[in-house]
Amino acid sequence: MAGVLFAIVAGLTAASAVGVLVHRGVVRSALSLLFTLVGVALCYFLLGAEFLGAAQLIVYVGGTLVLVAFGGMLTEAGPFAGPRVPAVGWVVGGSIALGLFALLAGATLHLAEPPATPDGPLPGVAVLGLGFLGVTASPGDRAFLFPFEVVSVHLLVVLVGAAYLARAKGKPRDLGAKS
Amino acid sequence: MTLTLTPFVLLSAFLFAVGVACLLTKRNAIGLLMGVELVLNAANLNLVAAARFWPDFRLEGQAFAVLVIVLAAAEAAVALAIFLHLYNTHGTVNVDEADDLRA
Repeated sequence: MAGVLFAIVAGLTAASAVGVLVHRGVVRSALSLLFTLVGVALCYFLLGAEFLGAAQLIVYVGGTLVLVAFGGMLTEAGPFAGPRVPAVGWVVGGSIALGLFALLAGATLHLAEPPATPDGPLPGVAVLGLGFLGVTASPGDRAFLFPFEVVSVHLLVVLVGAAYLARAKGKPRDLGAKS
Repeated sequence: MTLTLTPFVLLSAFLFAVGVACLLTKRNAIGLLMGVELVLNAANLNLVAAARFWPDFRLEGQAFAVLVIVLAAAEAAVALAIFLHLYNTHGTVNVDEADDLRA
């Protein structure tokens, strides 16, 4: 049952990822990316990582994708146009990507299976949150206080930098003149 | 039929390859950003699958995946700010035309 469900989700994810690649317009690519991200979130749910699936839906689908869509709208000349990819670009890029996929798939098929798949559910959000605060629930666990702090400061710096870079400069363009 | 590690890693490899193809073929800066998102999602899927199927990685995989999600959001924000700046100053988001630093 889980295998069938995974096959459906994986097919959706892979097909929409190809959609991101082949669509020229930013809006259509973003729509395909929506289905890819939702498919990855469904994979997280299938794997039993509910918190990560929810975070994926909230941060990626709710935040990053809206950001990308707005970026496309603010910069694109027309919603469905885009620079045409030359044939040589498809050949070079496609062959490199195919070779990479063949390499990774070959390595995956030679990958040793895990010694024994643990049965219990993955550690929940409580253990994860305590780990990020530097508190270990059981003696064997590790804490992630330092990466958490690094990421926090990184986010602050990035937000200040993004606001500085994207600030409006000079006179706003006359939007009425375009139409 | 129970789930195993291999199908997830194969799906992740496919997403990674498609993301790399996006990065290599698209000339629109926003399209490049979408390729980066695909690559990061592939890495994240690997981490979560390892967390599920590998006994010593159950907490670490999830924690790293959370960190990657946060960093991807930050990366998207700053990249879009740069692309908006590029569009304001050059009137295009075609990355081939952003060659001011070329000697």
